[in-house]
Amino acid sequence: MAKSFDVRRQPGFTAIAMLCFVLLYLPILLLVAYSFNAGQSISQWEGLSLRWYASAWQNDQIQSATILSVTIAVTAAFLATSVAVLAALATTRVKPWRGQTVAFAMINQPLMVPEIVTAVSLLIFFAMIKVATGYTGLWYLIIAHTAFCIPFAYMPIRARLQGMNLSLEQAGADLYGTPVKVFRYITLPQLWPGILAGGMLSFVISLDDVVITEFVKSAGQDTLPTYMLGQLRRNITPEINAISTALLAISILMVTAMFFFSRTRK
Amino acid sequence: MIEIDTVSKLFGAGDSAFRALDRVSVTIKENEFFTLLGPSGCGKTTLLRLIAGFEGPTSGKILLDGQDLADKPPYRRPVNTVFQSYALFPHMTVAENVGFGLTMLGKPKSEVAATVSEMLALVRMTNLADRKTSQISGGQQQRVALARALAPRPKVLLLDEPLSALDFKLRKEMQLELKRLQSETGITFVFVTHDQEEALTMSDRIAVMSGGTIRQIGGPREIYDQPSERFVADFIGDTNFLSAEMIARTGDSAQLRLGQGAEVTARAGQVDKTSGAVTLAIRPEHARLVALDAGQLTGTLDDIVYFGTDTHYHITLDGIGTRFVLRRQNSPDEMRPVQQGERVGIALASSAGQVLKD
Repeated sequence: MAKSFDVRRQPGFTAIAMLCFVLLYLPILLLVAYSFNAGQSISQWEGLSLRWYASAWQNDQIQSATILSVTIAVTAAFLATSVAVLAALATTRVKPWRGQTVAFAMINQPLMVPEIVTAVSLLIFFAMIKVATGYTGLWYLIIAHTAFCIPFAYMPIRARLQGMNLSLEQAGADLYGTPVKVFRYITLPQLWPGILAGGMLSFVISLDDVVITEFVKSAGQDTLPTYMLGQLRRNITPEINAISTALLAISILMVTAMFFFSRTRK
Repeated sequence: MIEIDTVSKLFGAGDSAFRALDRVSVTIKENEFFTLLGPSGCGKTTLLRLIAGFEGPTSGKILLDGQDLADKPPYRRPVNTVFQSYALFPHMTVAENVGFGLTMLGKPKSEVAATVSEMLALVRMTNLADRKTSQISGGQQQRVALARALAPRPKVLLLDEPLSALDFKLRKEMQLELKRLQSETGITFVFVTHDQEEALTMSDRIAVMSGGTIRQIGGPREIYDQPSERFVADFIGDTNFLSAEMIARTGDSAQLRLGQGAEVTARAGQVDKTSGAVTLAIRPEHARLVALDAGQLTGTLDDIVYFGTDTHYHITLDGIGTRFVLRRQNSPDEMRPVQQGERVGIALASSAGQVLKD
């Protein structure tokens, strides 16, 4: 009897898989390990210490960069998720229409256009507005972040909407629910896991962004990633490792929460 | 009263359009248990969805108590639906589901609560009011779906094959339950099913549908005993079709000569012929096995199929070759035992046959 094909039985499978995992996770493990280094070096172990976490915590620049990062990420995630809900409704709860595919591609455009192109175009565009209005505040960054977060918020929400039983909404309408009420009492409660997932994903994506932020930010508007980039040009200390580890922890927390939200609340 | 006036419904456009309903007209009376019966794809569910307002007719009118429903969205129609999939709201409790319609209508909380407990009592679900809908069985979900649709006291209740997901015993039980609910509430029920037995046992009137049109409307007895055409006779129950020659006609009564030469009397029904070739429909239980020369037909017994309550005899008619099925209820006082391969006579009950319009 012929054995069914099993990729795990192929020669070298285990070796290649192990190599991939080592390449993926070893650098991160090293980064995390050296964030607890007592010495100045990021490559020479001198003992266990939390001094770099303390130093990062007390660093005014890091504090203000963190506040700015979180402000932008929360606002952008909220706006992107709101827009994504509307976009998802418009692409799943309507009769098929001409140009639907184009609209779908347009919504997901930030995923396909190279980030550097978006960054440069926003730089030029915002520069024109800055000259015209004189406004140099935070909204340029918020708008830019919202724009590239939309597809990340859109995808889980759309998937959730597509997975929902349409007859539930029909039953709502049948039982005297106006379209607004049906959305409020039937669609929205079931959409929450998708909305939360989309919001968290947007938050993490925004928190992490370097390229677009670097191009769009005005003087003195440093987010955590752009601050770290600036630090790398000077001397590197395990303080960078400490910040990175903290960011990593937040991301893992978010992804785990997202996983449980999209699983348990069915 | 629902008046459906030459309603057509097309899906798609141009030459590839599918005509789901073709100039359907029917009037459903107040307090009636009305059933739309037909095979899948006959348009019965489409008609139901048009009454509910989920779809609009391509042409024609639907009137509820004389009022045109054309411009009314589903949430402005005093009509509620029991969905085939039940469509219970999974994020709400049983009681919240039942109260949803009244809440949407803006009724005060005390009234909603009172009606909900009344409805739950009606479907015998009071003790499960606080359960989530995922924590109750299929039969219980069915009852909740019913209570939810009945709670706002609609003028018409639409039921889209609501029993098809239940097992045999539960289905029998729910058939009686539905009949009871209909007479207790006095609400007009429009029931969609492909199960002819279900239709016969529950309905006041049945509309048999096929290919987007209504083929016959009538009470269960009328539909079963006097099918107007071959499709209806074939779809509802089992039927033997015999070619015959009409030799005389007086009113509803027709004198026919069968292929083997015997003459029988049958109902002429809606056939306007007075002579010529016709098709005669005879139900399997309207014929008896008799001695070879004592009946109107003769044939060879091919198969004897035992069904518990009754036995089916499959007979190939002499000379014609047509298969004739005869059904006899089993009883302790057995008649003369017959054997496979034996030649037998068939006696037709007098005036039991129905002439069909082809």
